[in-house]
Order: sequence, then structure tokens, then C-alpha cells
Amino acid sequence: MNAIEMTGLTKKYGERTAVKSLSLSIEQGTCFALLGVNGAGKTTTIKMLSCLTKPTSGNAVILGKSILTEPQAVKEIANISPQETAVAPNLTARENLELIAGIYGSEGRTAREKATRMIEEFDLSEVERQKAKTLSGGWQRRLSIAMALISEPQVLFLDEPTLGLDVLARRELWSVIEHLRGKVTIILTTHYMEEAEALSDRIGVMARGELKALGTAAELIARTGAKTFEDAFVALATGSEASA
Amino acid sequence: MKLLAFASRNRKELLRDPWNLAFGIGFPVVLLLLLSAIQANIPVSLFNIDKLAPGIAVFGLSFISLFSATLIAKDRTTSFLMRLFASPLSASDFILGYALPLLPMAVLQGAVCFVTAFFLGLPVNANVLLALVVLIPPAILYIGIGLLAGSVLTDKQVGGICGALLTNVSAWLSGTWFDLNLVGGAFKRIAYALPFAHAVDAAKAAIAGDYASILPHLWWVIGYATVIMVIAVVAFKRKMNGDNV
Repeated sequence: MNAIEMTGLTKKYGERTAVKSLSLSIEQGTCFALLGVNGAGKTTTIKMLSCLTKPTSGNAVILGKSILTEPQAVKEIANISPQETAVAPNLTARENLELIAGIYGSEGRTAREKATRMIEEFDLSEVERQKAKTLSGGWQRRLSIAMALISEPQVLFLDEPTLGLDVLARRELWSVIEHLRGKVTIILTTHYMEEAEALSDRIGVMARGELKALGTAAELIARTGAKTFEDAFVALATGSEASA
Repeated sequence: MKLLAFASRNRKELLRDPWNLAFGIGFPVVLLLLLSAIQANIPVSLFNIDKLAPGIAVFGLSFISLFSATLIAKDRTTSFLMRLFASPLSASDFILGYALPLLPMAVLQGAVCFVTAFFLGLPVNANVLLALVVLIPPAILYIGIGLLAGSVLTDKQVGGICGALLTNVSAWLSGTWFDLNLVGGAFKRIAYALPFAHAVDAAKAAIAGDYASILPHLWWVIGYATVIMVIAVVAFKRKMNGDNV
């Protein structure tokens, strides 16, 4: 069963087309990576899917709910970890988690229990009473992702989730994402090729707002004849796949 | 529940910023003490406490605009508001969530101002409680200005518009520091075309027990507060549904 069905999804800002007629299906419980250089249209796609911006044309249906006609229902079942760290600065790490649990409808006690669970899962206990603004970039990023997961979303948008994380923190987060596989449908944007290769079931390569290629990492390597996935990506993103 | 969770977050953000407490509570109190000290040393009646206290109480509310506008503008400049816009919070949850924690802060600010004034000679009577009620429409007006400014300006612009311009306009065109009749002419007409002088006059009338004079002034404030609030809600909703998240 498909969790997400995009049909001709297009976003224009004046004359500029940020995303051009994107049609794509993502199977439930899988991790899908959107790759592309800066300005390829990845974040705009995520923004449209998470109902942050309306498409100029086209539609996407998320678990049976249209982003055009049922945005509120989509927001109930999805969550996002934005590209930049998104935390409330004067709230502690625990309060940030409880806040998001509350906003997604959890009552006080349930919100506290969920926060405790996320603190354990993301190893946040040593900073749980610290104000978010005093946390290092890595801790803030970890908290930000825990905040996206506390609502137990069925669809999770992770926009550059490991940006600014050190190698260990990145690997820890990979482990969390791997544990979610099969339970949550994840759409991930990343600049790290090894991340897309390691985590995703399928990969879409975007360039100048268009989907240029779709498949598993192995399929994309085979298609371009490249030696590595990074070479395959460069070939696909620059349109030089024939010579790769 | 969603609204309460969001309102609670905003209350914590506001109260945990030491500058908010310093300016919101401390600055009006310092002004009250300073101007009362000046009054004690001059022969003319310039800063009588029964006129000064309601004026300072209204002036102090201008900081509420600064607090709310800064909070919203900062949320907008970070990705935090993007996260919230992607959540099931409705437009009314957002607007009430930002506005509700500010109302008790405004009342508390007024209460601290009047309690300080008691020590400076303001009579302790029920009129002070009435004055606190009269301060609610001006508080809503200033909250609306803050919502509007926070929705359309950056956090740096908010500092200039709400921190400098609004506080100065509230100070000079409200009759807090001096009787507007002393200047008269166009200055007085402009002052009374705006809501700030009416807010101060309504609060002064409440303290003086001149009940009949309260509502004619308060209607001006209520009118402005309604219009500003509607514009603020429209501006915030446009931001919420727009591409500039």
C-alpha cells in the first residue's frame, strides 16, 4: 500500500518553477530519500507535503488524505524535522518534548510519559533540564528530531536530519531511523550520499525542480554505470549519465 | 489542550526572558519613583500620583507589544514556527496562544504599578480595581499591535518599531507626562485621534471615581483594539497560509 501519492505536484514562485510536475508514489513503512543539489526542489517538496505551502498545481494524497482538501487531517498524522534546528529556546529539552506532545493532543501525564520515552531513546537525559538555547548544535538537532517523533507520526519528513551532527551522533540517528523502518513512512532529504544509501529503500534524484531518476541505490549505480553511488548521483544530477 | 500547551510555552518564553521582567515590571516602577521624587522637589503640581499612576500603567503596556512582537518575530526567523505551522494547531489556537499569556501579564504589570503608587500616596480604594479592569481594552490593543508587528516585521525591525517608536508615541501622545491641554492645537487633536490619550484618560477617570467619563474614552480604545486585532489576525493567517514560513 502506498502512503504517499504525488500527482503532478508543482510549485512556482513567480516565474521560477521550484518543483515541476512531480508524480511519485512512496510505499508505506519505507524510507524514501530525496537527493539533489541546493535549489533542486527537495525542501519545497517537503513543505508542500507537510502542508506548509500550497502547490501551484497538482496534488498529493497522504494515507488517503489530500494535502489540498484535508490539510488538518494530514497534519495530525505527519510531523517534520525542519532543516534548521527548530526548538523553543527558553524551554528545557523536556519541556520542548512535552510541548510538541501537547500540541499533537497528548494530555499532561501522557505527554510527560512520551517525553520520558524520547529522552531515553535519544539519550537526552543529561540535558533534559537544560534550556534548549544553551545546548550545543548537535544536542539541539537531536532534540529537534525527537520532537518530530514524539507525536508518533505515521509519516515523517526529515529535512537534512544529520546536518551539523558529528559522526557518532549521525550513526546514532541512523540507528533510530532504521528502527522506524516498517512502522513509519519516512521522507528524507540529505546531502550525504552514504546516508541515503544506508537508510533508504528508494532514492529520488531531483535537479532544477524535476525528478531525474528513481530507484534503489544499486539500480541508480547500474543505470549510470558509475563505480560509486556518489558518481551515479553526480551523473544523474548533472544530466551526464550517458557518459558516466 | 493544544491551545493550552502552546499558550503555556509562550508564557514560559516570556517570563523566562529577564529583559521582559526588567522592562515590563521594573521600568514603569522606576519611572513612577523617579517622577514622584521630582514632584516632591518642585513647587508646581506636575506629576501628581493620581494622574501619574494611571498614565504609567498605560505606558507600561506598550512593552507588552514589544514582548509579543519579539516572540512571534523570533519564532518566525527560526524554523520553530515552521514546525508549529506543520502541526495540527489552528489559526485561532495560534492567535489565542500568543495573546492569552499576555493578558495576565498586563494585569500584573498594572497591579504592580498601582501597588507602588500606594506607597507614593495613591489612595487605597475600589477605584484601583476598576482601573485595572479599565486597563484590559488598552492591554488588548497593545497585544494586537504586538501580534501585527510580530507577523509582518523581523525581530530587528520589531525592536525599532515597538521598542522605540511605539513606546515614544505612547509616552508623548498619551498625556502621561504632561497635560495635553498645555500643548493644545494640532498636537492635542492628533493625540485624541489616537487611542493612547483616551486609554490614559479612562484610567485616570477610574482612579478619580469619575465613572461617567470612563466609557466615552474607552470606546475609542475598544474601537482601535478591535480594528488592530482584526488586521493582526488577517496578517497572521496570511503568513500561515503563505510561502514565507
